[in-house]
Amino acid sequence: MSQKYPYFLARDRAWQPAQYTPGYKTSITRSPKQALVSIQNASPSERSGPVFDGLEIGQYDNDLLMNFRTEGTQAGLPIGERIIMHGRVIDQFGKPVANTLVEMWQANSGGRYRHKKDNYLAPLDPNFGGVGRCMTDADGRYRFRTVRPGPYPWPNGINTWRPAHIHVSVMGPSISTRLITQMYFEGDPLIPLCPIVQVLKDPEAVETMVARLDMAMSKPMDCLAYRFDVVVRGALQTYFEE
Amino acid sequence: MYSQYKLQDDTGILRETASQTSGPFVHIGLALEIAGFASREDEIWQDLAKEGAEGEHIELVGRVYDGNGELVHDALIEMWQADSHGNYIANFNNKKPFSGFGRSACAIDGDFHFNTIKPGSVDFDGKLMAPHVNIAVFARGINLHLQTRAYFEDEQAHNDNCPILNAVPSLARRNTLIAVKEAGNNQPRYRFDIYLQGDNETVFFDF
Ligand SMILES: [Fe+3]
Repeated sequence: MSQKYPYFLARDRAWQPAQYTPGYKTSITRSPKQALVSIQNASPSERSGPVFDGLEIGQYDNDLLMNFRTEGTQAGLPIGERIIMHGRVIDQFGKPVANTLVEMWQANSGGRYRHKKDNYLAPLDPNFGGVGRCMTDADGRYRFRTVRPGPYPWPNGINTWRPAHIHVSVMGPSISTRLITQMYFEGDPLIPLCPIVQVLKDPEAVETMVARLDMAMSKPMDCLAYRFDVVVRGALQTYFEE
Repeated sequence: MYSQYKLQDDTGILRETASQTSGPFVHIGLALEIAGFASREDEIWQDLAKEGAEGEHIELVGRVYDGNGELVHDALIEMWQADSHGNYIANFNNKKPFSGFGRSACAIDGDFHFNTIKPGSVDFDGKLMAPHVNIAVFARGINLHLQTRAYFEDEQAHNDNCPILNAVPSLARRNTLIAVKEAGNNQPRYRFDIYLQGDNETVFFDF
């Protein structure tokens, strides 16, 4: 059996963040100093990747208002601004990326993560976990229901704060298209102050991560919506299994 | 009003969405048990091969070190590999004995751990690439995940002829891609330590 896989547009590493970005201090000791070794002609190892049709996605996996709801005395909904986060995964040619896994995680509305290592003084919310996942549909669409996360302080400079953000992970059709990013919210004044955002040199690159308020998809008397589209590397050609 | 879409040039090709670090709490999203969550119905995790999977069952472990020689405890590792015949099986399914994709984290004892099978040689335009697994490293402080490959020290004949290994410019650096066999429990264990920076800096690929 011989399989053929698409080739992908090269990743523009001048557009993407550099590894060594001293304004974000942790990058100083975690950035390679040697040049990357370029695989000039990508092999099947780079051009193939997993498809998650066989992964059993639960009914509430994309609904963070419901998927950590406690039973019994604490039964209730998470505290915070209810939002729909939705959008499309497309490639650089504008083609929808259907049937791909989108995963996300976030702090609660107070800016606290449900993680053993997060000891920020904002409280945990008994009804909020902070993890979601779903598969894109035939048009590349995905959708989550959640609360808007709060900003939180972190040790980098003196008094450094993260803007409200949701971590987003997309597989795409191959390991070449693999991408983890963070979604920010339109109009947040902390965005330009954040050393992690500022690892990007081009302000346009920052805008690719900023979700827009989407009144059309919001629900009256229920929740606001934010639209966040993800663009992954373009597939140059599609081959099928012989 | 601004748009999220940015054009790469005048051909209408869009810019790729910018990458950001996965941060220290990546486990909430991608390695739930490490964050202290109960598993959902089905998780992507570190057992790529279960009983009945064809091929030689092995363990692949390793640590991630920063430029000061400190362990990177918040690293998340993703692995993608061919089956024992050298074919990539795209359809991930935990109910099958072998799935080609897995994730692990360095949060427990510093090692990531994969239970898998040794992959076969993969055909690359008529040449064989030596058995290898493809690895992506995510962590706090890594702005765009790092991509590498782990080869096996006991596949020297294959390694000597691998077109990708031979493209690495120096012998010392090439050796950073070779996993070393060590005493395992019931099955062979290979160790692939990853050095983000420093004298033994691992080779990372652009592709
Ligand atoms: Fe965060």
